[in-house]
Amino acid sequence: MATAVAARGSRRHRLRYVAERRGVLATLLVSPAVIFITALVGVPLGLAVYLAFTDSQAGSLGGKWVGLGNFRRILNDSVFRGALWHTAEMTLITQAIVVVCAGLLAHALVHTFRGRWLFRFLILLPWAAPLSLTVVGFLWFFDPQASIWNWFLVKAHVVGPFNKPSWLGTPNLAMASIVTVQAWRTIPFATVIFLAGISSIPQEVDDASAIDGATGLKKFWYVSLPLQLPIALVAILFGIIFTATDMIVPYVLTQGGPFNSTQMITTWSYIQGINAGNLGEGAAIAMFLIPVLAFVSVAMLVFARRAEVT
Amino acid sequence: MSLRRNVFSYAVIIPFTIVLAFPFFWMFVTSLKSETQVFDPTKTWNFHPSLHAYGYLFHHTKYVTWIENSCFVGLLVVLITLAVALPAGYALARLSGRVGRTLGIAIFLTYLVPPTLLFLPLSRVVAQYLHLSDRLWALVVVYPSFTIPFAIWLLMGFFKTIPQELEDAALVDGCSRFGSLVRIVLPISLPGILTVVIFTFSLVLNEFVYAITFISSSANRTVAVGVYTDLIRGDLYDWPGIMAAILIPSIPLALIYNAFLNRFITGFTGGAFR
Repeated sequence: MATAVAARGSRRHRLRYVAERRGVLATLLVSPAVIFITALVGVPLGLAVYLAFTDSQAGSLGGKWVGLGNFRRILNDSVFRGALWHTAEMTLITQAIVVVCAGLLAHALVHTFRGRWLFRFLILLPWAAPLSLTVVGFLWFFDPQASIWNWFLVKAHVVGPFNKPSWLGTPNLAMASIVTVQAWRTIPFATVIFLAGISSIPQEVDDASAIDGATGLKKFWYVSLPLQLPIALVAILFGIIFTATDMIVPYVLTQGGPFNSTQMITTWSYIQGINAGNLGEGAAIAMFLIPVLAFVSVAMLVFARRAEVT
Repeated sequence: MSLRRNVFSYAVIIPFTIVLAFPFFWMFVTSLKSETQVFDPTKTWNFHPSLHAYGYLFHHTKYVTWIENSCFVGLLVVLITLAVALPAGYALARLSGRVGRTLGIAIFLTYLVPPTLLFLPLSRVVAQYLHLSDRLWALVVVYPSFTIPFAIWLLMGFFKTIPQELEDAALVDGCSRFGSLVRIVLPISLPGILTVVIFTFSLVLNEFVYAITFISSSANRTVAVGVYTDLIRGDLYDWPGIMAAILIPSIPLALIYNAFLNRFITGFTGGAFR
């Protein structure tokens, strides 16, 4: 009896002792996360690569290995090649607009002034509100009959009341609409990150550059810009991922139309994989997001290493 | 000088604010109109505002069910995320050296893997192995895949700001390592935990791709998908109601977002980048 208690006590003591060891406790704490992420990201990623080489159909368990068959087929498909190009176009134009606008806005917001809180709230709205809901709102703003933009344009005599532009029904305008919504959505995010970058520059740098006679644009170009660049880069890299891999905006606004002129990698993969049921082909299409992912990941790693050294 | 600076600030900020916030203003105005006035933009100010659209939304559509579904999934995902990410974030911030750093970055990189890459294989897993097609549980299982990496990353940053000395003092006083985590670290990092709760919940509320892929019946939809699939693609185009449906979750979310913005920024830019 007494020995049993002692044994239990010492076992518990031993357990505690083991749990006190740094490596053991760390492993215990981290492993659930690693298991969860492996099961829900690692395994599906592997499965996605596997599916891309099979002719799997939705709703059936099987699927034969077809090698590069899916890739050969989609690369011969002009809709897919269009989707590649549209994705690049949307991502790059959006990011260019975002960088310029967010840069300006962040520089204006950095000083304290009356009503800053309210402005910040209003500027952040597009980022904080759920995207899938606000894009539905844009469907209404682009509505051929009731578009508020058209009303402004007619009032300003840019277009006549009988040839109003059909925003989502004309290939170039549809692309412009998608880019507008993407930029509208990403500017607030980039602005707050830029703002963090500007605020992190210590006052001493400002003072020193003032003593050395740097003012205005010169100061911006030679002092502020290089110092903000690293954090701005983070915002841009995130922006590239958000925009290139986004399905909500093009899917809700145009579903890739008119005539596939706004088809993206993501929407085309959804249409082929889910609507048409060709899981294998859809997975092969989605594989073309991996280069974007790889580029951003490598850039972030290089950047993280550089930040560590300095 | 300061006057010139202020003029510059306002000259940039006011136009941008108008452009960025105008859609919400217009949604609000539309939501108060009656259906007969909806197609007439001239009636911006002189129309009879009514809450008819809101009443319709609540009583004649499944909107309330979708909100409930979103909250149900959101709460469960928040619990799972905290249970997994809290210990991991702490361990990665404190208890490990080079291995921990590499692991931290690896977890961060998994956050970059988008749902648009994983929804096809996951749709097969959900339907054929988990038998959860058209069940909210499918979302509860899958959503932590993007909330956990994000939460670990945020929490890692917070835990790093808590001085090691505090814990050492607790250890000297006879606390176990686990005890010091529960009694010292957790109470101090309560604001950080709250931030994770809010952003996890808002990520869940936002999610579209998985929700539209896994859920097929309208009673099981989340609010992010239901408004699009049932209110837009259905027969009726009740624009005032749709605008109300967009605004109701957006405004509270934006208010909370603002309150926690600074922590969110440290989450994105801090962590390992500091």
